[in-house]
Amino acid sequence: MAAKQEIKLEIQDLTKIFGRRRKEAQKLLENHHSKDEILEKTGCTVGVNKASLKIMKGEVFVVMGLSGSGKSTLLRCLNRLIEPTSGKIILDGIDITNVELEKLRQIRRTEMSMVFQHFGLLPHRTVASNVSFGLEIQGVKENECRKKALDVIGTVGLDGYEDMMTGELSGGMQQRVGLARALATDPEILLMDEAFSALDPLIRRNMQDELIDLQEKVHKTIVFITHDLDEALKLGDRIAIMKDGLIVQIGTPEDILTNPANDYVKAFVEDVDSSKVITASAIMFKHPERIMDPKDGVGLAIRVMKKNGINCLPVTDSNNNFEGYVHIDTVVKHKKEGGHTLEGIIDPEVPKCLPDTPIADLLPLVISSDLPIAVVNSKGKLEGIVSKPSVISEITGEDVELQEKTVEEE
Amino acid sequence: MYKLPVGKFFESIIDWLTQNLGPFFDIINSILTGIISTFETVLLFIPPLILIALMVVLAWRIAGKGVAIFSIIGLLLIHSMGFWEETMITLALVVTSGLLALIIGIPVGIWASRKDAVENVVRPILDFMQTMPAFVYLIPAVLFFQLGKVPGAVATVIFAMPPAVRLTNLGIRQVQKEVVEAARAFGSTSQQLLFKVQLPLATPTILAGVNQTIMLALSMVVIAAMIGAGGLGGEILKGITQLKIGLGFESGISVVILAIFLDRITQAMGEKSQNKK
Repeated sequence: MAAKQEIKLEIQDLTKIFGRRRKEAQKLLENHHSKDEILEKTGCTVGVNKASLKIMKGEVFVVMGLSGSGKSTLLRCLNRLIEPTSGKIILDGIDITNVELEKLRQIRRTEMSMVFQHFGLLPHRTVASNVSFGLEIQGVKENECRKKALDVIGTVGLDGYEDMMTGELSGGMQQRVGLARALATDPEILLMDEAFSALDPLIRRNMQDELIDLQEKVHKTIVFITHDLDEALKLGDRIAIMKDGLIVQIGTPEDILTNPANDYVKAFVEDVDSSKVITASAIMFKHPERIMDPKDGVGLAIRVMKKNGINCLPVTDSNNNFEGYVHIDTVVKHKKEGGHTLEGIIDPEVPKCLPDTPIADLLPLVISSDLPIAVVNSKGKLEGIVSKPSVISEITGEDVELQEKTVEEE
Repeated sequence: MYKLPVGKFFESIIDWLTQNLGPFFDIINSILTGIISTFETVLLFIPPLILIALMVVLAWRIAGKGVAIFSIIGLLLIHSMGFWEETMITLALVVTSGLLALIIGIPVGIWASRKDAVENVVRPILDFMQTMPAFVYLIPAVLFFQLGKVPGAVATVIFAMPPAVRLTNLGIRQVQKEVVEAARAFGSTSQQLLFKVQLPLATPTILAGVNQTIMLALSMVVIAAMIGAGGLGGEILKGITQLKIGLGFESGISVVILAIFLDRITQAMGEKSQNKK
C-alpha cells in the first residue's frame, strides 16, 4: 500500500443513461429528479449518476452495491464497453473518454483487462488457448503465446490443466482461467466484475485469499465489483458504495463500518462481524498519558497516574520508541527505596498489538491480562493505547461514545 | 367492390425486369448452366459403383457405421432400379442451388445478427419467401430464364435460403453475452470477434441451418421438374401425368434415399461440431 499516491484511473461526473430520450433524462437528472421519476417521465434508466472516483495505483478498489445499483455499468464505462452519456474517464492523466476506436482497442489490449462473473471463456478452446486469447488478438506469435500462457497458468495454480477444455473444469478453476487470461496481457489494471459471485462459498473464500496473495506479487490496480459486503471489506483497500447509480460513500473498510455516511450504508453494515474488520487503531486512544523519557523522575509518574486515576503508564524514549509500562505499586515502592528515575522498573512484558490488528484478535490479550494494550507499530513506536472496556464494548456493539467515557473514567 | 390490381402490379414489375435486365439474366443463366453441368459431368463421369463406394466412405467417416450401411443398400437399390443418372442430375442441382443458397444466406445472416435494422428488414422478407407456395416461384423463374435447369436452380435458391439466414442470425445472437464482452474487453476488432468467437460458437446452429437448406433444396428440385429441371422430379412427373404407379414409386423411393443420405450427413456435421465444444 506504500506507493498509493499516484492516481491511476479517475472518473469525473460519469453518467450513463439508457434509453432513447437521453437528453431529456439528463436535464431532469440535472434538476435533481430521482431515478424513478426519470423512468416514469422519459422511459430512460439512469445507470450511473454523476459518479466521481479516483483510483490509486496499486490499490484494490471495490465498488459495492446491490443489483441494479449501476456498479457493473460503472465498471464497463471504465473500458468503454459501455459508452458513458457524459463525464470523463481519465487514465494515467489522459482523458480517454473520446479516444477513437483504434486507440481504445490498444488500451484494452495493454492497459486493462477484465474478469467476468460467469467467466466468459471460449468453450471451444483449451485452457492455454483461452489464457493466451488476449495475446493472440494482439498478433503475438503462437509459440510465444503458449509460453506466456503456461507461465500465467502456473501463477494461478492450474499447472497440468493447460490442454483441457474449459468445460471440463469446475467453476473455481474456470475462474482461475479467467484470471490467468486477464493477467496474460500484463495489464496495469484489472477490472473484476463480480468475479467470485458465481462460485460456492468455500471456493469463493479460497479465491479471495488467493487474489490477496496474488496481488502481493503482481501489484496491479484492481477495480473489483461485488454485491457482497464481506467480500468488499476483505479485499478492498478502499470501497465505494453505490445505490441507484449514485456513489453513496467512498472510504476504507473501517471508515465505512465506523462512519456510515447514511442510513442505507448503515443498514448494509449492520450485519457485518465488525470485529474482524475494525482494527486496533480505530478504537485506540491516540495520545495517551505517558512518560516521554525513562530518566524522568518517579514523582512525575506518580502524579500523572494519580491525576488520571490510572494504575499504570506507558513509557517511551524521546523518539517515541515504546519501552514498557510502569505500575503504580512498583513506582511507589521504588520511591520509598530512594530511586529517582524510572530506569530499571519498566515492565516490558505487556500486551502489545499492531495498529492494523483486528479487534477480534485483541480478545485473547484482554482476557489474559488486566493491563491495557499498547498499540505499537512495526517500527516500535507507540501509537496509542487500547483499554479493555473499549475492546469489549466494540465487540458487543455498544456505542462509541460510551466507550470513550469508560476509558476516561479508567 | 373495387378489385385492387395486385396481380397486375407484380406482372408489370416482372415485365419491366425481363425487358430491362435481360443481359443480366443472361449472364446468370450462363454461369449457372456452367456450374450445374460441371457437377453433372463429374458425377456422371465416375462409374456408378465407384461413386457409390466413395459416397459410402464419406457417410462412414462423417456419420458412422449405420448410415454407411444404409447408404450401401439405398444407393445400390437406386442403381438397380435404373435411376442412377436421374439421381445424379438431381444431386448436381441440389448441390449447386444449396451451395448458392448458403453462399448468399450465411453472410446475410451474419449481417442481420450484427445490425438490428437489417434483421428487421430481412425477417419479413424471409417470412414471405418461406410461406409463398413454392410453385409460385416457378413463374418468374421461367420468365427470366426460360425452361430448364437454371430457372429450377434459381427458384430453389430462393426457396431454400431462409433457414440459412435465420439460423446463422440466431446462432450468432445466442453466443453468450459475456463471451462477446470478454472478446471486446481484450481489444478484439469486429473481425476477430466474428471469426474467433462468434462463428465458432455459432457453428452447430449454423450447420443446423445448412441441413435445413439442403433438405429444402432437394424438395424444391423435385418440384422444379415442372419447368423442365429433369432428374428424379422429371420421372415423378412422368409417373403422375401418365399414371404409371410403378415409375412414380421407384423414383419417389430414390428421392427418399437421397434425402436421408443428405440429411444424415449434414446432421452429423452439426453434431460433430457440437461435441468439439
